[in-house]
Amino acid sequence: MRREALIVAGVERVGPYSLVSLKRGSLESGVPGQFFMLSPPGRLLPRPMSLCLATRRELAFLIDPIGPGTRALVELVRGQAVDVLGPLGNGYRLDVKRPLLVGGGIGVAPFPYLSERLGRPPAVLGFRTSEHAEAAALVPNAEVAVEPRLVTELLRPRHDVLACGPEPMLAAVARLAPRSQLAWEAPMACGYGACYGCAVRIGGELKRLCVDGPVLDAEAA
Amino acid sequence: MILNASGCLDALTAPEVARELDAFVTKTVTPQPRGGNEPVRIAETEVGMLNSIGLANPGIDSFRQDVLPRLAELELPIWVSVGGFSADDYADLCRHLDEEPVVEAVELNLSCPNVAEPVGSVAEIVAAAREATSKKLYAKLSAADGDVGSVAVAAAKAGADGLSLVNTIRGLALDPQTLAPTLSTATGGLSGPALRPIALAAVFVCFETTGLPIVGMGGVETGRHALQLIAAGASVCALGTILFSDPEAPGRIRSELTAEAEALGFENPLDAHALAHGDKAPAPLRRVA
Ligand SMILES: Cc1cc2nc3c(=O)[nH]c(=O)nc-3n(C[C@H](O)[C@H](O)[C@H](O)COP(=O)(O)OP(=O)(O)OC[C@H]3O[C@@H](n4cnc5c(N)ncnc54)[C@H](O)[C@@H]3O)c2cc1C
Ligand SMILES: Cc1cc2nc3c(=O)[nH]c(=O)nc-3n(C[C@H](O)[C@H](O)[C@H](O)COP(=O)(O)O)c2cc1C
Ligand code: FES
Repeated sequence: MRREALIVAGVERVGPYSLVSLKRGSLESGVPGQFFMLSPPGRLLPRPMSLCLATRRELAFLIDPIGPGTRALVELVRGQAVDVLGPLGNGYRLDVKRPLLVGGGIGVAPFPYLSERLGRPPAVLGFRTSEHAEAAALVPNAEVAVEPRLVTELLRPRHDVLACGPEPMLAAVARLAPRSQLAWEAPMACGYGACYGCAVRIGGELKRLCVDGPVLDAEAA
Repeated sequence: MILNASGCLDALTAPEVARELDAFVTKTVTPQPRGGNEPVRIAETEVGMLNSIGLANPGIDSFRQDVLPRLAELELPIWVSVGGFSADDYADLCRHLDEEPVVEAVELNLSCPNVAEPVGSVAEIVAAAREATSKKLYAKLSAADGDVGSVAVAAAKAGADGLSLVNTIRGLALDPQTLAPTLSTATGGLSGPALRPIALAAVFVCFETTGLPIVGMGGVETGRHALQLIAAGASVCALGTILFSDPEAPGRIRSELTAEAEALGFENPLDAHALAHGDKAPAPLRRVA
């Protein structure tokens, strides 16, 4: 776990989302599915974000501006500094034979990096509107479903599913593919086990998602 | 001296942060294990954050068996925060900890806004705890209910060695879209910047009424904030909410504190102790923790 003030290299619109690229400094990119805490200017608490893309020089985050923290992050401009802590938590296990990435909405965020690390496996992605679906362009080999069509209709049998998306989608994926790996979300204040704010039920017990997750085996959750 | 505020750091998941402290304060331990409250447990507001963690902890038995031995390996002084629902609960917890040589001090959490109030007055609880242990006893109070200066006197008379000031104050956040409470418990404890002047006042008043050593906390984010608490009467500062956004805060605030004190002409930050009281400083500090 390292914390560093990173310089914004650029912010690019991707449909309703923004891809915020930061000069990498000395931070590790970690395992896909791990996350970073980004401190939005003017806010008290940092916000958890999955790493979307990692190059030698940059780390990029795909951000959906849904509230004050995420809005402040997408309003960052080139040259500004932002405090970043990470990588944090447990990412996806990459020792899978036939990976299939299953994403919904902003849940595609970790997939560009994950896809790269897994050798560009097939992906199925679901979005609310065709505007949101523009983010699919970031993920190689992706098949897209736009509502009312659901991403679960595109699931393929005999694949090792790695999923990220809204809770109802993850619950549906867990039912259809009980051995999948799922990346969950919870509100987080610290991201490193200090506040106990991110509690979720795992195997009947309340546990800290930032320490025990955010990626969990479907069977564990 | 810089500590963490109870419930704001887990030394086992972040030992590198704990090692920057002069002592580690545990999350409040209760007689029985507690899973804590249902999510959602935290919310950011314009002036601070709300939490309703609900004292999630493994309970005193498993704390002694599994947690304490691992904390001891950090070779840091350990303060254990305890909480219960009656004076007997507090006495039991203190008896347990009295047998643990690695425990340097016990902090009595008399003020958690997220669980039912303990039955019994502060005086009764502190007296029962005092009876049960010879460890250093700190009474942690909230500034929420009016006359914290008198409550502090009651704690002092009952045998508290020091005070921890302040705990959170009840607050509410509503979802801007639905206008429903954000937290599962509706209300929660407010911490962070909003507490800063409240904490300063509580430390100021309680130092005046008791002269006891005080661990000051509430919205400390910089060395200047820490120095102000010291001037109000604290001899130790504890960091809470700031640790969530800045795990490096202990080292940073320590050096800012030294620089800030030097800039004002003090060789040592503690030379500014109780300065805000002018000539009216109470009985000399009995013991600096
Ligand atoms: C491990 C992890 C990785 C994440 N990765 C990304 C990412 O790559 N890109 C991205 O855009 N977002 C990501 N998120 C979600 C992001 O952190 C939240 O959207 C953000 O914290 C909201 O902050 P805000 O101040 O903008 O909105 P807030 O005011 O906090 O929230 C606005 C609304 O969204 C709801 N909300 C807030 N946080 C969450 C949450 N975590 N899950 C579901 N609903 C929530 C609130 O209840 C509220 O209704 C991730 C979350 C986690 C836990
Ligand atoms: C998430 C969270 C959990 C807390 N848990 C405890 C606790 O278990 N026991 C306790 O005495 N105080 C607890 N507190 C209160 C803090 O110890 C401290 O008194 C308060 O937050 C004020 O300091 P701050 O403004 O620096 O955070 C908690 C505070 C927060 C934010
Ligand atoms: S976010 Fe603080 S413990 Fe998980």
